Amino acid sequence: MVRKKSIYFLAVSAMALILLFVFWGLSGSNWGYFLSLRVPKVLALVVTGVAIAFSTLLFQTLTNNRILTPSLLGLDSLYILIQTLVVFILGSTSLVLVNNKINFFISVGLMLIFSTLLFKGLFKRETSNIMFFLLFGLILGTFFQSLTTFMQMMMDPNEFLHVQDRMFASFNHVNTEILLIAIIVISALILYSIKYFKLWDVLSLGREHAINLGVDYHKTIRNMVLIVSILVSVSTALVGPITFLGLLVVNLAREFLKTFEHKYIFIGSALISIVALVGGQLLIERILNFGTPISVVINLIGGIYFLYLLLKENVA
Amino acid sequence: MIEIRNVVKKYGNKTVLDNVSTVINRGEITSFIGPNGAGKSTLLSIVSRLIPKNSGEIIIDGTLLENWDKNQLARKVSTLRQSNHLNIKLRVRELVSFGRFPYSNGHLTKEDEMYIDEALDYLKLRDIQDMYLDQLSGGQRQRAFIAMVMAQNTDYILLDEPLNNLDIKHSVEIMKILRKLVDDLGKTIAIVIHDINFASCYSDHIVALKDGKIVDEGGISRIIHKNLLGEIYDMEFSIADVNNMKLCVYF
Repeated sequence: MVRKKSIYFLAVSAMALILLFVFWGLSGSNWGYFLSLRVPKVLALVVTGVAIAFSTLLFQTLTNNRILTPSLLGLDSLYILIQTLVVFILGSTSLVLVNNKINFFISVGLMLIFSTLLFKGLFKRETSNIMFFLLFGLILGTFFQSLTTFMQMMMDPNEFLHVQDRMFASFNHVNTEILLIAIIVISALILYSIKYFKLWDVLSLGREHAINLGVDYHKTIRNMVLIVSILVSVSTALVGPITFLGLLVVNLAREFLKTFEHKYIFIGSALISIVALVGGQLLIERILNFGTPISVVINLIGGIYFLYLLLKENVA
Repeated sequence: MIEIRNVVKKYGNKTVLDNVSTVINRGEITSFIGPNGAGKSTLLSIVSRLIPKNSGEIIIDGTLLENWDKNQLARKVSTLRQSNHLNIKLRVRELVSFGRFPYSNGHLTKEDEMYIDEALDYLKLRDIQDMYLDQLSGGQRQRAFIAMVMAQNTDYILLDEPLNNLDIKHSVEIMKILRKLVDDLGKTIAIVIHDINFASCYSDHIVALKDGKIVDEGGISRIIHKNLLGEIYDMEFSIADVNNMKLCVYF
């Protein structure tokens, strides 16, 4: 009952914020212009919010740890490395950087190839050691960051500005064509995933219990890593790196709903995610007058919550 | 019947199981005893497909372990390991319901609910079925996990140190439940156990391991013997007969 009420409350808040975002300040003379800006933006916020919540939830289940985020896979570091490389080698006026569609496909493609190779190479059926796989992802991620910093140091400051633009998530210039592709990919993934929710519930008991209950552990983990990689790649290429939000919303959903079932945590965290993103964007656009990128606000709140989580786990 | 044939397990150059062959007979409690590092838990983990073996065969009811369908096997053999730490907050009944997953894939039917109720009653968990696992005592939690395995309703139950961290009262309680599962419901149970007196009083068959090899196996009177136990544990033993039970004194 409490669970239903919480979800209902979250859904209403999310809806209200979305309506407020789209219709605030519209008048008879400006609605055409504003709607053409705001509708894609709000769609981007919703689809990224859902993708981030879902990927973090899955990632926490597959690692059996509720303080990790998919950024451990090194995908967002890779994304920034790709952007930096493009500017470094081809320059800020190159087609790959300027044309969003080409950039999107190249980035998503490279990120997927990377995570597939990483998984194939390190996650052997015999040992099934997920931690080893993650450790390697983490180290590669750090390596990418160092490479990126190195190139940024040598770069022309004007060129660097173009890279910096891509380093923080931003919803201020959403490309509608990419948005459409992202919406299709992410919706299809979620529809495909619904039938696995119960299986993932079992997986959250841990590897040994899951195997005991007849789960094909290796196959399931492989599927999950693939889904997480696609979600993270698509949402990162759409708006930039923003995986930190996931930690916040998934854990809030767990606290609110007090359940282990993926079905509820997914809906709850997706709604909280939409509330946070749409609300955050409202705050930045209408109150802070575009003063800061949204990821700065979210990372600040997320960071504080993360510290709180660590301290709490430490006491318990 | 579970047949274990010439199983070898190595970690790097270290051989943990050296050509081990034995049989777990139907309708019996088989205990695996031996000092730390003898390979008892490794053997049980291999039979329950948690870790791979280097060579050898495990045959369950005439079919090779590798050839079993994973879901069918989960209805045939269930396993419980010594540490059962969970990262999620779970109520007792929810945990026990997971035992029905191989049958229902998470969509519980009336029949599933019946098995869950039965397991809860059997382990006297009805009163605390809505409590969270982390609110329970060690004994209650262990009973909850055994209830999950019971709801899984398999012919074979493999338990790795089910008495770990339990006091004598709860240890006896758990062993009596296991005995009842075998005598009343015809289950087959294999356990890894450290307390040889519990092994002596509650098992039908004992397998004694040392350094990855089976030293000897057989009934109570054959294994609970001062020379054999002395050889396995490198200690002086004396065996006392109390109320028709063989007890080891080794202090």
